[in-house]
Amino acid sequence: MTEVSVAKEDMAATGELVVLKSVNKHFGALHVLQDIDLTIARGEVVVVIGPSGSGKSTLCRAINRLETIDSGTIAIDGKPLPQEGKALARLRADVGMVFQSFNLFAHKTVLENVMLGQIKVRRADKKAAEEKARALLDRVGVASQADKYPAQLSGGQQQRVAIARALAMDPKVMLFDEPTSALDPEMINEVLEVMQQLARDGMTMIVVTHEMGFARSAANRVVFMADGRIVEEAVPDQFFSNPRSDRAKDFLSKILHH
Amino acid sequence: MFDFLSDYDDPSIWGAFWMTVKLTALSGVGSLVWGTLLAAMRVSPVPLMRGFGTAYVNIVRNIPLTVIILFTSLGLADIFGMTMGASDFKVQGFRLAVLGLVAYTAAFVCEAIRSGINTVPLGQAEAARAIGLSFSQTLSLIILPQAFRSVIGPLANVLIALTKNTTVAAAIGVAEAAFLMKEMIENEAQTLLIGAVFAFGFVVLTLPTGLILGWLSKRLAVKR
Repeated sequence: MTEVSVAKEDMAATGELVVLKSVNKHFGALHVLQDIDLTIARGEVVVVIGPSGSGKSTLCRAINRLETIDSGTIAIDGKPLPQEGKALARLRADVGMVFQSFNLFAHKTVLENVMLGQIKVRRADKKAAEEKARALLDRVGVASQADKYPAQLSGGQQQRVAIARALAMDPKVMLFDEPTSALDPEMINEVLEVMQQLARDGMTMIVVTHEMGFARSAANRVVFMADGRIVEEAVPDQFFSNPRSDRAKDFLSKILHH
Repeated sequence: MFDFLSDYDDPSIWGAFWMTVKLTALSGVGSLVWGTLLAAMRVSPVPLMRGFGTAYVNIVRNIPLTVIILFTSLGLADIFGMTMGASDFKVQGFRLAVLGLVAYTAAFVCEAIRSGINTVPLGQAEAARAIGLSFSQTLSLIILPQAFRSVIGPLANVLIALTKNTTVAAAIGVAEAAFLMKEMIENEAQTLLIGAVFAFGFVVLTLPTGLILGWLSKRLAVKR
């Protein structure tokens, strides 16, 4: 008996953090997510790749219920996603999200962006929130921009602020929905470096991206999606050098050799 | 020639315009609050609230203000005995007029704010929800502050219209500018001059409103 309960606790401490079971979603006639089963372990970095329209962004957004699902279950840290309301808001606070279009609060300064969630959701006092916000901005390399408004920053800087804003909530897991797709090429690396650092620090991350370099170097596992299904899951080395499915071979041949 | 300006003291010309200013200020604040609440209802996830907001706006904004103001006095006060806690008719008329003006103007404020809400990109609300803010926090901290800034211009229009609409209060005996004007026109010979004086008075009230709010709307615009 005792052994069983110990094993269960171990599971909670190190085991499965995000669990999706037979998740289905339709956009009208389009079946965007088809029987998705996916388990992400604590501390794991999972990169989701695939062609446009394969459902990878929808999958990412479904995990904090920015998209609702038609059937199946999604659980985070053992708790199934609640319906819209206070419980869902609490859960979202534990799930950091970084968007393709940054979505920094346009009427607030960079510092206020990073402080807002701490004060309004975590009920931190103002001084502690500011200290933490400045430390996080320093960590992502934009401390000197703290008093500017988002529109005054470059895309790369804005995305790094968005990462700091998500980190300020002490999330259990971070979702990245194509974080570098809206950036100029020379700004992509500054964002990827911050994400690499996060991965090294042991953050659980689900990253939807087209950056194959990042997938190779930072991912524990690559999930390849096409037409609403998970076609292949593998460690990066194996996936990139020896993909099993024809769909993945075709996809990789189009993006890697030119 | 301008003798008529000093011949009246109940109300005096200053007293009458002061009443116009009081009606405008109180109704302006009231309709801003009620209009914001209506806009919140119209975007809320609760179908009953959305339905109420939509029905309210579509009914109230399509009824002539004169009918609404007369209803407050002849309906609410005379038939239903709503005296608004006032002890004399002057105060009662003033409070009823403010009530009617707020009820009417709020419908327009609501629609201006709702169009402002539509200018705020969806991503702002998604980001707010993603850090764990509730619906009301998302609305009050993220959406409405940005929506207000984008509709200061249209709200200035509503405020200017409200300033001029206060003249309808004369219909239930509130001694504001139009009330005095009517009295003067009845008693004096210089009809055109009287009209010009009151027209000038309203321009003095409304022109700065437009200029100041126009300047504010540029200054507070949210840069994206």
